[in-house]
Amino acid sequence: MAGPATTGPRGITGWGVHLPYRRLDRSAIKAVAGQGGGTGTRTVASYDEDTTTMGAEAARAALRDSDGKRRPDALWFATTEPAYADRTNANAIHAVLRLDRGVPAYDAVGSVRSALGALRAAWQGNGAVLVVASDTRTGLPGGPDEAAGGDAAAALLIGDDDPVAEIVAWESATEEFLDRWRAPGDARSRLWEERFGENRYADLAAEALKLALGSAGIEAGEVSRLIVAGGTERSASAVARKSGVPSSQVADRLKDTVGNPGAAQPALLLARELEEAEPGQNIVLLTLADGADAIVLRTTDALRNYHPAKPVRSQLAASGPVAYGRYLHWRGLLPVEPPRRPEPARVSSPAANRNAGYKFGFPRSGTQGTIVTFTIDKLSYSLSPPLVFAIVDFDPAPDGAGGRMPVELTDTDPDDVAIGGRVEMTFRRLATSDGIHNYFWKARPVRAAREEK
Amino acid sequence: MASHGIADRVAIIGMGCTRFGEHWDKGLDELLQAAAGETFSSAGVTKDDVDAYWFGTAQSAMSGIALAKPLGLAGKPVTRVENYCATGSEALRQAAYAVASGAYDMAMAIGGEKVKDGGYQGLNAFPIPGDGTARSVTAAAMFSMVAPAYARKYGVDTGEMKKALARVASKNHRNGARNPRAQFRKEYSVEALCAMPAVAGGLSVFDCAGVADGAAAAIVVRAEDARKYTDKPLIIKALSLVAGNGGGLEDPSYDYTTFPEVAASARDAYAQAGVKDPRRELAMVECHDCFTPTEVVLTEDLGLTGRGTAWTEVLKGTFDLEGEVPVNPDGGLKAFGHPVGASGLRMMFEAWLQLRGEAPDDRRISTCGNRKLALTHNLGGYPGEMVSFVSIVGVE
Repeated sequence: MAGPATTGPRGITGWGVHLPYRRLDRSAIKAVAGQGGGTGTRTVASYDEDTTTMGAEAARAALRDSDGKRRPDALWFATTEPAYADRTNANAIHAVLRLDRGVPAYDAVGSVRSALGALRAAWQGNGAVLVVASDTRTGLPGGPDEAAGGDAAAALLIGDDDPVAEIVAWESATEEFLDRWRAPGDARSRLWEERFGENRYADLAAEALKLALGSAGIEAGEVSRLIVAGGTERSASAVARKSGVPSSQVADRLKDTVGNPGAAQPALLLARELEEAEPGQNIVLLTLADGADAIVLRTTDALRNYHPAKPVRSQLAASGPVAYGRYLHWRGLLPVEPPRRPEPARVSSPAANRNAGYKFGFPRSGTQGTIVTFTIDKLSYSLSPPLVFAIVDFDPAPDGAGGRMPVELTDTDPDDVAIGGRVEMTFRRLATSDGIHNYFWKARPVRAAREEK
Repeated sequence: MASHGIADRVAIIGMGCTRFGEHWDKGLDELLQAAAGETFSSAGVTKDDVDAYWFGTAQSAMSGIALAKPLGLAGKPVTRVENYCATGSEALRQAAYAVASGAYDMAMAIGGEKVKDGGYQGLNAFPIPGDGTARSVTAAAMFSMVAPAYARKYGVDTGEMKKALARVASKNHRNGARNPRAQFRKEYSVEALCAMPAVAGGLSVFDCAGVADGAAAAIVVRAEDARKYTDKPLIIKALSLVAGNGGGLEDPSYDYTTFPEVAASARDAYAQAGVKDPRRELAMVECHDCFTPTEVVLTEDLGLTGRGTAWTEVLKGTFDLEGEVPVNPDGGLKAFGHPVGASGLRMMFEAWLQLRGEAPDDRRISTCGNRKLALTHNLGGYPGEMVSFVSIVGVE
């Protein structure tokens, strides 16, 4: 086991999660696709969200929770579904967080395991490292990823400054086998006969778990929570069953509400368990993705004083439905007649660069506001008409500065908008033109309020 | 700060205006030739008599060449002018100031817009490369926020407000129906208009200006020379322009029930012209009724009626052809149509007809012969971020 390079015990010093507002009822799928679907819901990234915007939201939540005390010295972004190829997606998140130029930003893209790689680099590195994992799982209509997948982002801040959970052991098992794959550009990932993957993960997980528990010096019976992430529901269940950890201690994988959000799932499930955990507990995160990674964490007294700004619990409760047809449209799987308006012009790269402090690092991004008046525009170009637009007055800052912004609303339905409604800012993708994503801020109703643990 | 104006120093001696509408068979060149030709005939001059040209178009062409070419001008100074939807008025302002300065004896202001070649309904601004943070909302949506704000501030019932807005459209359609140059020549009842489906906020398509192709022009000379060309010149009393700085969009005290740029340009224009009581001195008003709530607020910003009272005046018919102060007797942007670069001069064309007693009988304003002053108001932009132009002209 390669230990951390720094002296103090490294671990998780903060976390943030973003669950998209929309939920797809899996029972709606079969009537249209003729197959697939199931029970429960999955999360659906809105038409104006991608892995970068969701990652930015999770990262903001992670840093907001630390009350500005902990700023990362490095940023990693992991996804299987990058908004851009051949350029770093993490830079947009870097700009949203207004990180110093000296803070490097790197992508780890391609597989679910990329997220574990980024996390391991953070653990083995120095200083505070923010690891953002974000994913959208789509597949084809009626397919397994559509039904089992979910969209989400989760960020973990890793460092040695009073962690809420120390990483006490990390063991990996790797071998070359193919159970899930996708050629770049393909609409879906393919799966080998599921029994094969289940067989390989059973061995790899058992091996990594045994080594990790050994390194940590604990028995399976001393594990407070076992999180099995990655893989399929079937392989993950099988691994959990054979782990030796009592089934009562096996963490809920949020199958019925979120689904499996790929690269974001390990950090999401860990964040969820940390929200419910007590100091002094052993939490094991066992991830099945092209091998197995077993991480043993021990929660500390610092957990008592950690209050996540946007707990998973409240984000699970705050949701709105999306019809299956609209979901398909949002994912580009159901081309509907586009608005008969000129397409938005592509963003000027130099102009966006000059104004990055406003465009990405919007100064009032952390301030809530109130809707002064609003309008529903059925004439404007929108990827999901009608466009809902409001005049928002920001709450006064401590220095008395308030301010107003005419801004597009999102994560809302036209009938739910009201004068006096409270909104918060959210980082979104306005449109894409010439392959350039136009990222900027919108406002959305305040729903997931800060909760005391 | 001084705004001295050029009252009584410059006069309009000829005007022309094409029919506004969907001119599928005409390009900008043909529209400009038609408006210019009618204007030259109206003044009894030729293109060579005109010393300088100001050509307004918002986005149908660039540079003075776009006018010099279709008119076949040789060696003339031609300036292309753009100032949003106030472009046509801005062209007139430049031409009038040039003559007042003594630089030229005779100048033409001409405005034209060819919008129906774009392939999309409504107006679409051409894209200027930017950082992607500009608002994407339509003008209709921005102005739609005025109606609920106004109703709330003054305690107007939503149904009554809707009726007042429909009454504005109904009046302007009624006037347009009597105007052979107007885009829409059909009358609509208040009931029919209230039943139209909303497209932006509470506004229906019938609350919005017509989108049209068209051109209009005027020729100006020094006032002392005007009677060489016509017995009934239109004397320029005031020209005022205010460009807002966009502050309203970010100002929490801005309440969407007034357009400060309009109020400021009106004050300036009334001072230049010496108008003390616009409601009793003005024979007519052409105002920028891009959307029905705009006209309601404009009649207050222009001082025709007190704050919070315009909606009742509208319902009472104060601004009808037969009313106390006719507003948009030619049908306005609503029914006459809105070829952006031409609209300011189109408004002036109606003042030209009405003050000179040349408007047809069924469109003659109630004040005809009794009052000598007309006001045109032309704006561009949005609530909180606009340019506003006000002119006052008279026959004495």
